[in-house]
This record gives sequence, C-alpha cells and structure tokens, in this order.
Amino acid sequence: MAPILDVQGLFKNYGTTEILKDINVSIDKGDFLVLVGPSGCGKSTLLNCIAGLEPISGGAIRIGDQDMTHVSPKDRNIAMVFQSYALYPTMTVAKNITFGMQVRGVDKATQATKLAEVAKQLQIEALLQRRPGQLSGGQRQRVAMGRALVRDPQLFLFDEPLSNLDAKLRVEMRTEIKRLHQDLGASMVYVTHDQIEAMTLATKIVVMKGGVIQQVGTPAEIYNRPANTFVADFMGSPAMNLIPARTSAAATGARIEIARAGATPLILHDPRATGLPADILLGLRPEDITEDGTRQGDLVQPGECLVDVVEPAGADTYVVSQLGGRRVTARLGADTRARPGKPLAFSFDLTKVSYFAPQTGERLN
Amino acid sequence: MTDISARTRANQQSPTARIALRWGLYAILFIFALYYLMPLFVMLTTSLKSLEEIRTGSLVALPRSVTFEAWATAWSGACTGIKCEGLQPYFWNSVLLAVPAVLISTLIGAMNGYVIAQWRFKGANLIFSLMLFGCFIPFQVVLLPMARTLGFLNIAGTIPGLIFVHVIYGIGFTTLFFRNYYVTIPSDLVKAAKIDGAGFFRIFWSIFLPLSLPIVVVTVIWQFTQIWNDFLFGVSFSQAGTQPITVALNNIVNSTTGVKEYNVDMAAAIIAALPTLFVYVVAGKYFIRGLTAGSVKG
Ligand SMILES: Nc1ncnc2c1ncn2[C@@H]1O[C@H](COP(=O)(O)OP(=O)(O)OP(=O)(O)O)[C@@H](O)[C@H]1O
Ligand SMILES: [Mg+2]
Repeated sequence: MAPILDVQGLFKNYGTTEILKDINVSIDKGDFLVLVGPSGCGKSTLLNCIAGLEPISGGAIRIGDQDMTHVSPKDRNIAMVFQSYALYPTMTVAKNITFGMQVRGVDKATQATKLAEVAKQLQIEALLQRRPGQLSGGQRQRVAMGRALVRDPQLFLFDEPLSNLDAKLRVEMRTEIKRLHQDLGASMVYVTHDQIEAMTLATKIVVMKGGVIQQVGTPAEIYNRPANTFVADFMGSPAMNLIPARTSAAATGARIEIARAGATPLILHDPRATGLPADILLGLRPEDITEDGTRQGDLVQPGECLVDVVEPAGADTYVVSQLGGRRVTARLGADTRARPGKPLAFSFDLTKVSYFAPQTGERLN
Repeated sequence: MTDISARTRANQQSPTARIALRWGLYAILFIFALYYLMPLFVMLTTSLKSLEEIRTGSLVALPRSVTFEAWATAWSGACTGIKCEGLQPYFWNSVLLAVPAVLISTLIGAMNGYVIAQWRFKGANLIFSLMLFGCFIPFQVVLLPMARTLGFLNIAGTIPGLIFVHVIYGIGFTTLFFRNYYVTIPSDLVKAAKIDGAGFFRIFWSIFLPLSLPIVVVTVIWQFTQIWNDFLFGVSFSQAGTQPITVALNNIVNSTTGVKEYNVDMAAAIIAALPTLFVYVVAGKYFIRGLTAGSVKG
C-alpha cells in the first residue's frame, strides 16, 4: 500500500536562509506521526508546507498517492488544527464547523447531519450557538478539532494544539486525541515540543533540529536507541545521562572506565560491546541507574558513588551524583536510603546502554 | 497603571482636600467647555434673531423673540451670486457627492488593507509606504495634475468628477486605517479559511468584513467629515450647479450686497455643519471604540 503522506527531499528557504533541509518522511494509513524539536527548528514550517500554505523550494509532497506539490491547500484533502485555534471570531460554533462545507457547496441537510455527528463526538452540542469569544480555552480547542473532524480528510495536521491549555486539561485532551485516533483510524501529523506528548501519542516520531531530521522511529526506538546525543538529550525527562568514559577491549566485549570524583575509577564491563573507540560517551537513562540490589540481570553491575542532591518527586526520587565530571541522575524508589554527601551503592543496568562518539555525537552501537 | 497610582495618592489625602480637588477639576473643565461652546452659542442665538435685533442688541444676549426666518432664507432663499435658491440644491449636491465617495473609498481602503496586511506579496511594504506618503501630500500640489486628469477623463466639473477626486485622495487614509486594523488579526485565520476552501474574496466577505465594524465606523466618520467639509477641491473642480455646500456657504456669506444678514449667514453655517455633527453623534461611541480597538480574540 502506498504511504498516505510521502515527503521527498523537501527543502524550504525564506530568502537565502534555509529553514528545512532535505526532509524525507512517509507515513502509512492510520499512522500518528509526531514532529518534535526545539523551538524554531522548523516544525510549523514543515506542517505548513505539507498543508500547502507555504510554497516549497525543492522536493515533492505526495498525499494519498497523488502528487500534491503544487496543489492548493483546499484540494489536498487535509484538515488542520492551529495552535491559536484560528476560529472565525464572528461566526457561531456551528458556523465555524460548517463553514468549510458551506464554501464547498455541500447541501444543508448533509451539513446538519455532519455537524450533529461531530458535536456529539466532541460533546460540544450545548455550545453550538455561542461565539468563540464566549468559550473557554478547552472548549475552543474542541471546536477547532470539530472543524477538522467534520472534513473527514485523508490526513489531519495538528500544530501544537494543546500548548495553550493548562497542564490538567492538556493531559485530558491528549487522551482524547489518542482515542479519536484509535476510533477513526485516521492518519495524523502532529507538531509538539512536548516530548511526553510525543511519546504518548505517536506511532512514529520525527526528531528535528535546525531544519534537519535527526531521527525517525517508533517512540520505543527513539527512546531506547537514540541516533545521536541530541535525540538522547531531547527525548526523556530527566534527560539521558551522557557520561564520558574510556574503553578498552576485554576478553569478551569491552571494559569501560569512568572517572569518579575523589575515588578510583568506576569499572563496568559490557560483554556485547565490540569495536568501540577509546573515548566514548556512555548513555544511560536515569531508570537504568538504580539502588544496588533492586534489579537483577546479566548486565546489571554495581558501583558506588557520592550523592550530591536528592530530589523527591512523589513516586520516584531523583538522586544526582558526579561521574566522569558530569552530573548523573539516577531514578530511585521513594524509600531510598540516599542522603546528600553520603556514598551510595548503585546498580548500572547496561541492557539498554547507548554509546556515542564524543565529537560527532553519533550513536556507536 | 496611572489610574491606580493616582487613586492611591488620592487615598492618602484628607477627604476635604479630595473634594476640593474634585471641584477644582470640574470648574476648570466647565470653563473650557464654556469657552468651546461660546461660538456655537453666538451662532445659534444670532441665527434666531431678526436683523433689527442684531443691529440693536448685544452679541451674546438671548433673542428677545425667536424667529426661524433666517433658517428658512438660508435653506431656500439666500442668494449665492446670481441665483437665490438658498443652500438646498447645494446640500443635495454634497450628499450626492459625499455618500458615494465615502462608501467607495472605504470599500477600496478595506480591500487594500486586507491585501497589504494579510496577503503579503513582494513589494507590499513599498506600496503601503507610498500610500502613506499620499496621505501627506498637500491638497494644493495635486490641484493642477488633477484638473488635467479630470479633463482627460471627461468628468471635469461634474459630481462624479468630484467623487473621483475624493476617492483618490481618501484611499491613502482608508488603507492606513484598515491595514493597521487587519495586521492585528492573526494570520492563522486566513490559513484556516484557505484549508476550508475559501478564496480571496470569500475570506474577505465572510471573515474580515464582519470583524471590521469598529474600523468601518472610524473610516466612515473620518471620510465623511473630510469630504463634507472640503472646500478647496469643491471650489476647484465644480461649476455652477455641481458646487458642494461649503462653496455655496462661502458664496452666500461673501456675495450679499448691502446689509450683511448675519442671522442668515449663521443659520447657513450651522446647516452646513449639521450632517457631520449628526454622523458623529450617531456613531461617535463606535469611533472611540474603533480607534482603541486592539487585536481580535480568536
Ligand atoms: N515568514 C518567515 N520569514 C522568515 N523566516 C521565518 C518565517 N517564518 C518562520 N521563519 C523562521 O523559520 C524557522 C522555523 O520556524 P517554525 O515556526 O517552523 O519553528 P517551530 O519549529 O514551529 O518553532 P515553535 O516550536 O516555536 O513553534 C525559525 O527560525 C523562524 O525564525
Ligand atoms: Mg511552531
């Protein structure tokens, strides 16, 4: 089956500045693609290019196996939800939702049925006669979704639809969007700079930086096997620990030596690692550094470190210490014995370890 | 901000001092109001007096016996040069001239503002700057080229000719008003409408015009006042029969022979000023609101 969206070698310049460089993404029907990246990396620009709201400087865009590169937005069979919602201020909610159908000359009866359907789905029946100015942020968000849903497009585009909501409502709407995606089996492209949103919603994530794609993959791939230090650092909270280390070949695999403040170096052994350069960055998620004795496994190895800071966070307690000259965060249970200024025995679980080249930041294993 | 600090300062003063300050403020406002109302008062009372009373009485005295004769004369009997039909025909000339000129220039300004603010094209800023420049060209400078243009278009000395002149001269201002209003409207609105399938004109009619009431009111008041009160274009580009009311007023005041009929002059002046007053009274509150209107809440 042909992909529902296929972006091939897309470039976008504003004047002489390159905003997007050689973007290649494709998604299949029913995929939920999330674009993440820091502010200004070109996520909205890419979405606008897909929507046809911005002309592109190079490459091609195919939607539903049709070349849409030069097709106007209205004929791309897409719907878009904007960060600002962009509801028409003088129209009622009902008119906002039906405006598109009205413009396209859909007959009144069909309009009414579809409106009722969408209003029911989003539970906004009671709001239909109000104007956007008389709605709360969450309600506006729903209306904006309604306007997109009623189009029943091949592809939904969302530009940070939840970023204007408060934390609680954001979580609620996130779940709702996920449910909509499951119910409709719709194909979606969703922009956010919230990496939790990305992890929870996506079937496929694109991490961008400075207009260049850093990695494309499933949430698990992105989380467990980040392609470079940027992705490792950007996805996950707290971020992945990136610890400078020296390696040497051992009888099996590699011997890893990490400088430890005021003590002999910490030695770890990874039997699977081969061909690593002498200097590396060792990437370990906070949850893979635990209190000694709480985790079993072939690749779990002990090591003692001085605890700098203890940060209780409800279910977990984050414990910060120093390794290889960097701050290293471990995620321990709420009942941890860790005390600031005291040494603590940790376990390092190398099952999901990542190795990066210190200069290029590229993944090595 | 200033309001709050003023209030806290006022709170620190004793109640008597506060009341004294209040009354002092009212007194000053009252004096200024009187000062500004004085000419209107003199005009009104004079227009209601007979010539006899004007000659004998004091300028600021109330009329002893009220008569509307001067008003009747000013409306339909006063002489403007050789004809003695009063202001009436010229009043209608002005209406026929001002109404279309206001509507056309407002509509064109709205369109221009919409294009410049929301459909940014190459050179949009340059065009806008040139239009702004047009606002500040003195009337006198355009008189000769305009006369030639009107002659070329074969509408010299006609009301359509005058409409043309006022529309051209007004576009700079109306564009400025609408452009500044429309740049505060988020561009996502246009994007959303484009995806909904609406085109250039549809977006203008269905989304931007309905949002524009405050700025339309501002523009209409501004344009109406400008065009109705214009004298220079009126006197330059009209001929007998197409003159606007300002020109006729001038003729009435200047062409009376013998005794100067001050009461008729005053009545005529008030009649000539009434429509602009009327427009402001009817739409004034929107005018203030429109001038201070900010961005639109989505
Ligand atoms: N009309 C424009 N002209 C010139 N540069 C632009 C224009 N629009 C956007 N840019 C630039 O393009 C880059 C990408 O912008 P974009 O809005 O796509 O970022 P983003 O990833 O969506 O960021 P955010 O998370 O803050 O929304 C930015 O550096 C921005 O300054
Ligand atoms: Mg953005």
